[in-house]
Parts: sequence; C-alpha cells; structure tokens
Amino acid sequence: MIKISRDKLNGALAKIARSCDLFLPVKKAGEVNYGKFDENAEVSLDTLKTVKSAKDFFFPQSETMMKFKLSGKNIEIEDIRKQPEPFVIFGVRGCDYRSFSILDNVFLQEPVDTFYKARRDAATIVTLACNKPETSCFCKAFGIDAAEPQGDATGWLDEKYLYLNANTEKGEKLLETVGEFSQPDDGKAVEELKKTTREITAKLPYSNIDLSRFKPENLNELFNLPVWNELSEACLGCGTCTFVCPTCQCFDIREFKTDTGVNRFRCWDSCMYSDFTQMAAANSRTTQMQRYRQRFMHKLVYYPSQYGGTYSCVGCGRCVNKCPQHLNILKVIKKIGGRKDD
Amino acid sequence: MTNENLIPRIGVITDIRRDTPDVKTFRVVGTDGKKLFEHLPGQCAMVSVPGVGECMFSITSSPTNTEYMEFSIKKCGCVTEVIHSLEPGQQITVRGPYGKNFPVEGDFKGKDLLFIAGGIGLAPLRSVINYVRHYRKNYGKVVVVYGSRSKDDLVDIEEIKNEWINEPDFQVYLTIDRPQEGWDGHVGFVPAYVKELGLDPTMTAVLCGPPIMIKFTLQGLLELGFKKERVYTTLELRMKCGIGKCGRCNVGDKFVCKDGPVFRMDELDELPPEY
Amino acid sequence: MSELENKLIEKAKILLENGEVKRVVGWKKGEFYHDPSPATFETADGLKEFVYNDFCGANLSKYLIDINKKEGKTAVFLKPCDTYSFNQLVKEHRIDRENFYVIGTECHGKLDNRKLLAAGVDGVTDEKYVGDEVKFSTIYGDKTLKKGEAILERCLTCKGKKFMVSDDTVVIDETEDEVSDRFSKVAELEKMTADERFKFWQSQLSKCIRCNACRNVCPACSCVKCVFDNPQSGIAAKANDDAFEEQLFHVIRAFHVSGRCTDCGECSRVCPQSIPLHLLNRKFIKDIDSLYGEFKAGEVAEGKTPLTQFDTDDVDPNAAADAIK
Repeated sequence: MIKISRDKLNGALAKIARSCDLFLPVKKAGEVNYGKFDENAEVSLDTLKTVKSAKDFFFPQSETMMKFKLSGKNIEIEDIRKQPEPFVIFGVRGCDYRSFSILDNVFLQEPVDTFYKARRDAATIVTLACNKPETSCFCKAFGIDAAEPQGDATGWLDEKYLYLNANTEKGEKLLETVGEFSQPDDGKAVEELKKTTREITAKLPYSNIDLSRFKPENLNELFNLPVWNELSEACLGCGTCTFVCPTCQCFDIREFKTDTGVNRFRCWDSCMYSDFTQMAAANSRTTQMQRYRQRFMHKLVYYPSQYGGTYSCVGCGRCVNKCPQHLNILKVIKKIGGRKDD
Repeated sequence: MTNENLIPRIGVITDIRRDTPDVKTFRVVGTDGKKLFEHLPGQCAMVSVPGVGECMFSITSSPTNTEYMEFSIKKCGCVTEVIHSLEPGQQITVRGPYGKNFPVEGDFKGKDLLFIAGGIGLAPLRSVINYVRHYRKNYGKVVVVYGSRSKDDLVDIEEIKNEWINEPDFQVYLTIDRPQEGWDGHVGFVPAYVKELGLDPTMTAVLCGPPIMIKFTLQGLLELGFKKERVYTTLELRMKCGIGKCGRCNVGDKFVCKDGPVFRMDELDELPPEY
Repeated sequence: MSELENKLIEKAKILLENGEVKRVVGWKKGEFYHDPSPATFETADGLKEFVYNDFCGANLSKYLIDINKKEGKTAVFLKPCDTYSFNQLVKEHRIDRENFYVIGTECHGKLDNRKLLAAGVDGVTDEKYVGDEVKFSTIYGDKTLKKGEAILERCLTCKGKKFMVSDDTVVIDETEDEVSDRFSKVAELEKMTADERFKFWQSQLSKCIRCNACRNVCPACSCVKCVFDNPQSGIAAKANDDAFEEQLFHVIRAFHVSGRCTDCGECSRVCPQSIPLHLLNRKFIKDIDSLYGEFKAGEVAEGKTPLTQFDTDDVDPNAAADAIK
C-alpha cells in the first residue's frame, strides 16, 4: 500500500493525465459528475455521489454507431469506430463498481456488444472507499462493502492522505506512475477508515432491507400485486430514475440525416417513457403503472431470473435522492419485499 | 473489430411481388448476388432503410432456398410505408438472423403438423411450411388453415394454389371473413372454422396471426383436446437491437428477440401478460 | 402530527364522508419525514397515510389533468403558488373548475432536500420553523439551519400567501414571510455580456440528461403529445446529439410556456442536475411585464393574456427587441 498526501494529489493526478485520459468526479456548474481531468478541473473526490453514475464510460448516453452514405439506390456503410485509447477512471464507489459487473452480464454475453467491450477493455478502474455513506445508501443489502471496493486499484481518503492499494497488474502499473508522489504505508490508517465506514453502514436504516420475496419463482405473484397501483400513482413518467441509475441499460437506436448521409446512433432510453414499447399499431404497456412495474420487476425479479439471482440494483440511492416525487426502489422493496400477503 | 451484431450488411432488392393491397414480398440478395446469410424457419432479421428506420421482420422464405431471402411486409407504419415505395435494384440493410426458430429438427420431426394463420400471419409460417415440404418424408400429415379479411388479402395465394394443394398428404383449408363475389370457398373467421373442421388433437399446432385470432383459436384448439405443450406461436414486440440488450422486447424474464419469437403456449403461461 | 396537518385531515374526512367529493388529492407519508409523495385518497380510512409537512413541495395541479377525466368531484390541497397553476389549467380548458373543490393550504416555504444534504442534514425525522431558523431532528441528532439556506429557491422569492382560487382554506399562521425580489437573478443575467450569458447557459444546460422531469412535472406542459416525443415532428430526440440540441429543448420549452408559465418553480425543483430552469421562464415573465404591463399567469382563470391578443397600441416588435436585449 502507498499513500499520497493531499497537497501532492493534484500533481499525481496530472502525472496520470499526461499518459492517458483521466476521468474523475469534477464539479461543474454547481454539480459533481464524472469529467476529464485538466488543470482547471475542480476535482471533488470527497463527494459521495456523482449525479450521473459511472456507467457512461462503457455505455455512453449517446453514441454514433455507424454512418450511411446514400447515392441513388446504393448504400455504403461506414464503420466509424476507432480502437479506444486506454483511460483511467478514478474514484468509483463500491456501488458503481458493482454496477459494471451487472452491465457486463448483459453486454458481454453472446452475442457480445463490441462497442461496450472495447471501452471496457481499455479502462483502468480505481475505486474509492466511502467515508460517510448517507441514509439513502443501501449497498450493504446487496452484499457490497463500501469500505473496501475492488477494481484495478482501491483508494481510501482521510483528511491528510489518499491511500492506494493495487489489486491487478493494471493497478500496479498505475501506482508506479505516481511513485514519485507517494510513500509506502503500513495500512493501519486504512484499517481504521474501514472500521468507521463499516460501523456507519451497519447502522444505516436500509442496510438490511428485506429482499426475500423477490425471487424468480414469485414472478407472476409479484407481477399481479394490486399494490403497484398505489406505488406508481404519483409517477410522472420522466426518466430521472433510469438515467441516474448505474444499472439501467435499455437503449434506443435512432438515425438522423446529415449533409452527407445518415448517422445511426444509440442513446439511453427509459422503460418509464410512454413510447418505449410503442409499435405501429399496438403498445404492450399502455399505463404508467405497467411501465413503473416493469422497471422494478426487471431489477428485482426478471434480471435475477436471467443471471443467477443477482439483483440489478446496487443500492447507490441516486433514485432515492432524485425522484421528483420521492418514489423509489426502497419504497417498492419495503412495501413488497418481506411481506407474505397483500 | 469482428463479430458485428449491430452493424448490418447491404442487401439488394431483386424482385418485388404484390401479394395483397397492403402486403408486398421483397426478394433480397447480397451485393455479390448471393444469399446474405443462413437462417432457420421462424427466425427474423432487422431490415432498414437508412434515414427512415429499422424494423424486425420474419424471414418468409425457407432456409432451403439457397439463392435468396424473402420478406413479406405489410404496410402499417412509417418504415413499412417507405419500404413499400421501394423499387427493384434498391439497396437496403439487413442484419440477423435473430431469435429462436421453430423446432423443425426437434419436436416437429415425425409429427403431424397443423398450421393456422390469419392475414399477414402466414409470413413466418410460409418459411416453416416450405421447409417441411422440402423435407417432406421427415414429417407426417400436414394441415393448413388460413384465413384473411377477403380473398384479396390472402398472402402467397399463388404458391398455395399452385404448389401446396398438390403435395401428398397435405390439406389446405382457406377461409375469408365475409362473403365476396368470386369466392366459392369457406366464409367465416379462423377460430370458428378450426372448430368446425374438428381437427385431430394429436397434431402439433402452429398459430400465427393477430392477437385476437390467436386467443380464440387457442381456446378452440383446447376445446378440441389439443395440449398447450404441442401448440406453438410467435410473438411480436417493439425491438431495436435484436440481441437481447436494448430491453425493449422484454416480457418477464424473456426477450422476444432472443428467447422468441417462437414460444410454446405453455411457456407463454409462465410469462406476465404483456405481449 | 402538526395542528395544520390535523385540520387538513379533518377537512378531507368530512368531504369524503358526506359524499361531497369522491377523492382527495394530497400527500402521503414516505419512508422518512422528508419523502412524502403526491397521492389520492378515496376513503376516510386511507387518510391514515395522509401527511402535510414542509417537504410537501410538489405542485399537485399537474395531476388534475388526468383526474379531470374521472367521474365525480375531487378535492385538492393547493398551496398559494399552486393556485396560479390551477387557474391557468382552467383557462386553457385542461381541467374544469366545477370538477374540483380547492382547499387553499397554508405554506411558509418548502424545504429543499438537496440543500439539506449538502449542509449535512440527512435522515430527517421531524422539523419545525422557528423564526428565521429550521430546527431538524435527524437519526444522527439535532441540526439547525437558517431558513434561507434550507428552503427551495422558488420560496425565497414567494409570490405571496394569497390564494388565487379556493372553495375553502386552511390557514393557521397568517404571517407573511420575508421575500426577496423575484427578478434579481434575471437582472444579474441581463447585466452579463451576451458572451458571458451564453457561457452561463451553456455550462448549465450541458448538464442536462434529457430525463424530461422538468417537462413532465410542468403544469404548463400539458400537450397530449409533446413535439419532442413525436417521431413525425422531425425533432424527436431522446438524447442530445450536440450542445446545440440540449439548448434547443429547453429554449423551445421556455418559448412554449411563455405567457402561460405561473412561475411555480417545479422545473428547477425536480431537475436532477439542478439547472436553474426557472430563470429562463422568469426572463420571459419579466419581459412580458415590461412590454405589456404587469401580468401574472394564473391570477385569474378568465380573460385574454398579453401573448394571445393583439391591439394596435401593442409595442412595436423592433422596439420590443431593443428593449429586452
């Protein structure tokens, strides 16, 4: 384990950024999101939750997939992709780090999504332990340890130092890069930090939320619960929960015309939107209740049924903080999770 | 970059046949004049006109056709409207094949087969029926019940009249919804006709057509003694990626593009009713 | 439970029990004190879940568009600023006045969860306004904040405690709150050079994730099918292709609600990226005031509005353009 004192941190980050693109939580126009490091960036590693999750790095909100050139009756397809250059993501919390494996299940299973895979392979991920998880955090319910996230390297911050430990070869290499700014550490301070975080986490009100009823074999029973009407009643049908969620992975494929042809792009989509399942003559989900139910059934029942019981939620609590009307997955779990009747 | 699932190939429309007032069948080959890719009966492909949109269509031609693929497409939305306006020689994009096929080499083998279709629902069945005709000795007797709004809305009627009815041990029953001049065949809806025919419930059945037809035909079949485990159908939902990732065609723990479009009726019973 | 909440429940109970209304629209308890959600109550028994506290910021008017189609009369609790939206919806024939029983509901400013989290107030279990302070009980202990640091931006520039429409009111504490000038932030923006202003909005709007929360919560965005959702419009988009597009969405929306926006501030309250969207609308309001005389959308439910009528004394378009530059 090594440590870098806070006053040398900027130098260390700048060193990394000289060898490849470095992304980390940056404050811009009042909010902290992942952004590219440069000397003017207002780095904010102490922020617990970025507004958007870290999924953008592998599954960007919008990406052009290919271009078409049209002439007469002929079409030419241009594959515009370039092999992504290696890059570093710094400061990924335990919840967001787990979300990558949830996205991997979808995008890397056969047939592999090569757009996603190329970026996934190019990344070095440095995680950051949480110091003070807040009330809306419930990662522990999904077996995530906010005190010791994995990744290529793991970081811990206290008032004076950033402590770093490499977990993979990529991580070792990164630590070598910042060698001149660091000194060895005995790991004692980190043990204290871990202890404190685990104590806080254990006391959080939703750390032990009961998920027992969300099982694949209860699919139809849960689907048919009348309580979905009540739970979804105030839903505005916006996409906030979906877009701040680190595991939501639905997308749309669309095209737009340019001066020289047609660009086909994909972009995030939300099952909360009324046109998500709209076909020329029919729509399989016509009410907001159905759309609301789909989102939570997918995270808590359908996804686990497809991927060996893993829930498609990491307890980051972004939806808890951001839903305009305070609807969220916690309310769904609390209402349905442990209860046997309804 | 290899193994591209989302980047399509270029297809050339070599022939267009008008089947009904709102259905046309498009013959497609690659730019090298050869068939674009192999598929199995019931599988689908994403066809697009760049600048307009991309849609999932069932591949209507049989895999045994080694020269080209065909798509029978009904005009019902923005994309299909443009497709209908295309002329031979026009290039389009095609990617696939996607989805699970009919078990022509599995459960269907050696069985008596009953095909029931309504309207454009014949499109996916045509692929499997012609496959069965090609490997005729691998299957038992074949019964086709096909109905449409009018005699002008029967898709592939030429092939049915000229080829199918001449097959050995192959019965074809046609019906139209309302009486019409020049039609001396059966008149009435498919579900009622199926019951009238008193079909042998030991047959393996395949249903394809509008949801309402499927619902009532299935009811009729169950009354006749058919078992859900021996009745197949295909689902159609909005799709974008075709490879089980975009989330659009998700029903319960299945994706129609990947786990379907072919489902057995008993499998559908396990899914929430969102299709 | 507060005296005010008790009174509201009592009122709702009577209306439901004597059959005067078929349902009551209010707020129901969340998991905590700080997360109530809008809800409909159809029975007196259901009112056990009813809550009214300083976290009930949601403007319930928007829900009335759908509820208007339901059979029977609906009672709705509206805060003073929400009554403007109600009137505006009546004026635009989105809802019918006679379908609703409006209960004007006391409000002394609503709390902003995000400001609280940023100030370290997390896990609120109770709260009280005392003078210019807010005293919180939380699962981590007691905290006190200055009210000005805890309430929603829109409440700092409150339009007043008067109800623009009501069949009944529940107000215990009638004191007016101190407010600052609604247009001071707009004036600040106006003082910027065009380049500075462009930069300001570019950096704000580039945070937009196109979640549509601002549009979906907006009572003025009552189109059955939004132009941005309509594939036939040619501008339907779920993502911003470039920086220009994200500005296009918000600027078009601001244009579309100009003269109709009641300045309820819901757009800024719900934006996950805290973009001060209300400032776009407020600029339009300020310009309309200066060009056509003071006008508050939703003050009344009848009559014409500055942008939906023309007379020969109207300001000359060129002069107007110069005046608001």
